[in-house]
Amino acid sequence: MFSLFRILRRHHDLLYMLTLRDIRVKYKQSVMGFFWAILMPLIITSAGVIVKVGLAKVSGRPVNLGDVLGVAVKALPWAFVVSSIRFATACLTANANLVTKIAFPRAVFPLAAVLSQLIDFSVAAIVIVLVFAFSPVPVTVSFLWVPVLMVILIAQICGMALLLSAANLFFRDVKYIVEVFLTFAIFFTPVFYEASMFGKWAPLLLANPVAPVLEGLGAVTVGHRAPDPFWTLYAAGWAVALILGGPAIFQRLEPKFAESV
Amino acid sequence: MADVVLEAKGLSKKFKKGESHRSLRDFIPALAKRAAKGNLGLGKEEFWALKDVTFQVERGEAFGVIGHNGAGKSTMLKHLCGILFPTSGELKVKGRLSALIEVGAGFHPDLTGRENIYLNGTILGMSRAEIDKKFDAIVAFSELEDFLDTPVKRFSSGMYARLGFAVAAHVDPDVLIVDEVLSVGDFLFQRKSVEKMRQVMKSGTTVVFVSHNLRAIADLCPRSMLLEHGQVAAIGASGTVIKAYMERGAADSTPDESKDAYISKVTLRDIKGAEQVQFESGDTLRAEVEITARRPTTKLAVVIEARDEELYDVFNTSTQRLDHPSFNLDAGEKFIVAFDLKLHLVPGTYHFGCYLYRYDIQKNYDTRVPAGTFYVRANIDVRGVANLEPRLVRHEMLRSEKVG
Repeated sequence: MFSLFRILRRHHDLLYMLTLRDIRVKYKQSVMGFFWAILMPLIITSAGVIVKVGLAKVSGRPVNLGDVLGVAVKALPWAFVVSSIRFATACLTANANLVTKIAFPRAVFPLAAVLSQLIDFSVAAIVIVLVFAFSPVPVTVSFLWVPVLMVILIAQICGMALLLSAANLFFRDVKYIVEVFLTFAIFFTPVFYEASMFGKWAPLLLANPVAPVLEGLGAVTVGHRAPDPFWTLYAAGWAVALILGGPAIFQRLEPKFAESV
Repeated sequence: MADVVLEAKGLSKKFKKGESHRSLRDFIPALAKRAAKGNLGLGKEEFWALKDVTFQVERGEAFGVIGHNGAGKSTMLKHLCGILFPTSGELKVKGRLSALIEVGAGFHPDLTGRENIYLNGTILGMSRAEIDKKFDAIVAFSELEDFLDTPVKRFSSGMYARLGFAVAAHVDPDVLIVDEVLSVGDFLFQRKSVEKMRQVMKSGTTVVFVSHNLRAIADLCPRSMLLEHGQVAAIGASGTVIKAYMERGAADSTPDESKDAYISKVTLRDIKGAEQVQFESGDTLRAEVEITARRPTTKLAVVIEARDEELYDVFNTSTQRLDHPSFNLDAGEKFIVAFDLKLHLVPGTYHFGCYLYRYDIQKNYDTRVPAGTFYVRANIDVRGVANLEPRLVRHEMLRSEKVG
């Protein structure tokens, strides 16, 4: 944790340049350019809406604008989670030439990976904010929970990014495991549905540390209520554990990186 | 009391031969085995890449490091840079350290020259404000003013290297580590780079210089260290250390595992094909260089050189410069190159060296210097470098015509 602060203080220029590199490279030579940052979440949201409509048809409930926004509010952070984890897991091995040649804290790679995804997410988030501003869905006090939940989410992702990137450096299997996991995670994470739909099985779904955050985001925006206190605390606990443990373990392994990559 | 900025005390590093555990399937049984056996001393597959290396470098000093392939030079440099960490021993560095190890590492091909200057500069430890200040100097040094907004993937390899060197040369560290980078770019740029090196040294920067170019070591560094099998074989005045190195001659160099392809054998023969190191001036020497590939390697060329006793370059050429196409090798394949050289040299001792090189990316796969030593005799007394085979055709008094 303290090492994390030191990196942020001493190497913020490097972190900035690496983040900028990741963003620039992603949108160089693509016709759509930065518009992709909006289009991708739009596609995910559309998929979510289709699922929603399907569910509504089965249960005979009408679909309203709130439901659509509810999907978007959860799908966007979910896209951020998936792309951050995917990108961060491979980031040390993808930069192997730097890892073996130049000395600087390697934690900047996974952090820059998360940061560049976070910027994509912010672009998409602006769109959502605009939609909320012009939609009849009222904006209430419970919206103040959004930054809190986002901090929990970002802390979780940063910790996981550090751990997974280091693990993948030693064992390339990690990348494949993560890939398979992320592909199917959409089914057991309450993105397109609510955990409450599963009744007594809901806690099983919410045990996934990301799930309570997504549920919470849905609750505080379209649900106009505070997030579930127990599960939010549970997610915050994970966030603290990951943001403390991730950098500590990463730092322990760091001296072995150059000879193991 | 001398001001020591770099100090290694009993530096040792243990490496494992062969593949480490790349997948969990291999790792878990290995872990069990290790738990059963304990982890003391050297395992079957382990070796000391560095063993008990001790030296000091004082502020403002230029210190050379030489040694055969696999002697541990790169491993030592990586410890100095803080990329590798010793198994035992101590290493102290005072001040900011920067390394010219592989220029342009960290460039991204899709980014422009300008973007890469900032990216690479921050990777090498400069702040953005610092780069802002030095930007014009870096660009001027690289001579790439017109290509700043071109993605570096469109750069020629020479331009790429120039930009990399320009950024690295402007880091202004307290200790500068230089590894074979002066062979970057075209001839004029090389001269400029050496000039910059001298300037850096004059300004009081401590320099650790690793090179196969023994002449450059002798010229730039008053003091050097010879590494052999990971141990310090000699340390002291560069002249003495280089002599010790040359005397060990073409000691069998063990190419380290990381080399994709390496020079496996060098043989010097006479015109009849027998192994020979004694020649008459004007004789033909046949130098055979055998290459072995460990992994598939493409676009290879062989560079050869001859140096005199003072290590001045007498002659060099390459398969590429002789207009031969480069060759490709698959894993395990061997390739042989033989040159016939007419030794129009003055009598003396000469060192033959060779390099395995890829031109388009300017990558040196392997170096054998010296690969062999040969002696040239002549039945006439000629000195200098080349035997121009003098023949005295007139030797007489001119009849003077008296002016009446």
